[in-house]
Amino acid sequence: MNERVIATNITKSFRSTKALDDVSFSVNEGELFGFIGPDGAGKSTLFRILTTVMNADSGDALVDGFHLKDEIAIRSRVGYMPGKFSLYPDLSVQENLEFFAKVFGTTVQENYSIIKEIYVQLEPFKDRRAGKLSGGMKQKLALCCALIHKPRVLFLDEPTTGVDPVSRREFWEMLGRLKQSGLTILVSTPYMDEASRCDRVALIQKGKILDIDPPGVITKKFPLHVIAVKSDNMQKLRKDILKVEDAESVYGFGEFLHITMKKENSSTEKIESLLKQQGHQHIEVKIIEAGIEDCFMHLMEHNKN
Amino acid sequence: MKLTGENIIEVENLVKRFGSFTAVDNISFQVRKGEVFGFLGANGAGKTTAIKMLIGLWSPTSGKANVAGFNLFTEAEQIRKNIGYMAQRFSLYEDLTVIENIQFYGGIYGLRKNILKERAEELISELGMESFRKELIKNIPLGWKQKLALSVAMIHKPKIVFLDEPTSGVDPITRRQFWDLIYNAAEKGTTVFVTTHYMDESEYCDRVSIMVDGRIEALDTPVQLKKQFNAESMDEVFLKLARPTEVSSKQ
Repeated sequence: MNERVIATNITKSFRSTKALDDVSFSVNEGELFGFIGPDGAGKSTLFRILTTVMNADSGDALVDGFHLKDEIAIRSRVGYMPGKFSLYPDLSVQENLEFFAKVFGTTVQENYSIIKEIYVQLEPFKDRRAGKLSGGMKQKLALCCALIHKPRVLFLDEPTTGVDPVSRREFWEMLGRLKQSGLTILVSTPYMDEASRCDRVALIQKGKILDIDPPGVITKKFPLHVIAVKSDNMQKLRKDILKVEDAESVYGFGEFLHITMKKENSSTEKIESLLKQQGHQHIEVKIIEAGIEDCFMHLMEHNKN
Repeated sequence: MKLTGENIIEVENLVKRFGSFTAVDNISFQVRKGEVFGFLGANGAGKTTAIKMLIGLWSPTSGKANVAGFNLFTEAEQIRKNIGYMAQRFSLYEDLTVIENIQFYGGIYGLRKNILKERAEELISELGMESFRKELIKNIPLGWKQKLALSVAMIHKPKIVFLDEPTSGVDPITRRQFWDLIYNAAEKGTTVFVTTHYMDESEYCDRVSIMVDGRIEALDTPVQLKKQFNAESMDEVFLKLARPTEVSSKQ
């Protein structure tokens, strides 16, 4: 398979903090690859290094066939949308776009087909200053500016952070369509539920990659049973559930609690009868498939030591 | 409107206009004492504007409101003294130590020196942060920061605490620990008014309101909302409300 990004042993420290600790992975051509992890996991640092905005302490990467030291070659081949809005607020929508096209030696007309679908939504506001756009519109403009030089690899750093669930969904649908054109996309996010939108994901925490695989494979690998439990009294359930023997962890998941247990120990009947004894009603106990968030928390706990 | 005493927030026909734009369009609702109240909405739906009015920062264009027993139009100063507020991004000073942050906020909330000293010690031992006491905020782990930020927002023992996306970008374990803190606060009788983009968290609220285009389009317990909108999850409720046309017509 054709690898568009190959990172090997990338390490980066800021004073005493290790932002990236020996990070290696590769991303295939045309892949939508997600880095899933909380703030401070090292996602932004990684993207800055791969787009040559920042130097690694050690390690290297090939980005579209070029080593990190070939800054100029890489910069013309990648599109980068940073987490913070970084367009020119005093330039209009159209001026921003033309500026970015010009910097890369191209024109908006030449590559218009790439951004067309996104840009039509911005067109009614093309004379508005970028700083005066709504959050969603700013995001779309930033994406257009990152795409206008027809990059081979697109880096999107937390494009959906702080964005409501509906707008997030729309953004991912847009990424799905961009991917159709063959573009390789690396995207970072703190939202675990977005993993399912990616071909493969790297779960990342404290500068370390905890696991890399397609999201469906990661959840299949989960070594324990996840048991979802609810009752008429969730407050009391949170306390009573601690009496379940052999539970490895208990976490809230929306209207349910998730208990994890070794498969050989897990018994929904046992849990149900315990809760009945404690006076719970409308009890629901069921073994469910693990989600990415279950997996992430499990990996976090097992990487503590 | 009379304050019944049962409701810690009472809002009636509240409006905020910016020029020709109506950011908050005639909203009415009540929040009960000790409730964990989820305040949801899409970006740009008017949540932030509504909150800024409720905490006495922006004055409404029209309507009526009582917060923590005080009139929003005439007693905003009193409201500010009786509420806590935690914004996600700038709630603690990174270059001050843990103890300095506590002292700073206690001062802002007008605690007297001897009370503040006592409260600060109480808070540090409650949180188990003795070893971080003289550590700069920027050097302590995120989970601790969140805990401290919430405690600091409540150092003056407010009746209500407003939390604006308190768990955004936080790892899944810390995020859940933060909700334990929210429950603790609620159990002690503090009303919690919280916004979030995590729909699983909306399930942890006693009641949830959803704003769409400046209006409150739904308000109920998560169970009732799911029934009302014939939805499996709060995520689906949100989707149906925030983009009704898309769900029904799939244009």
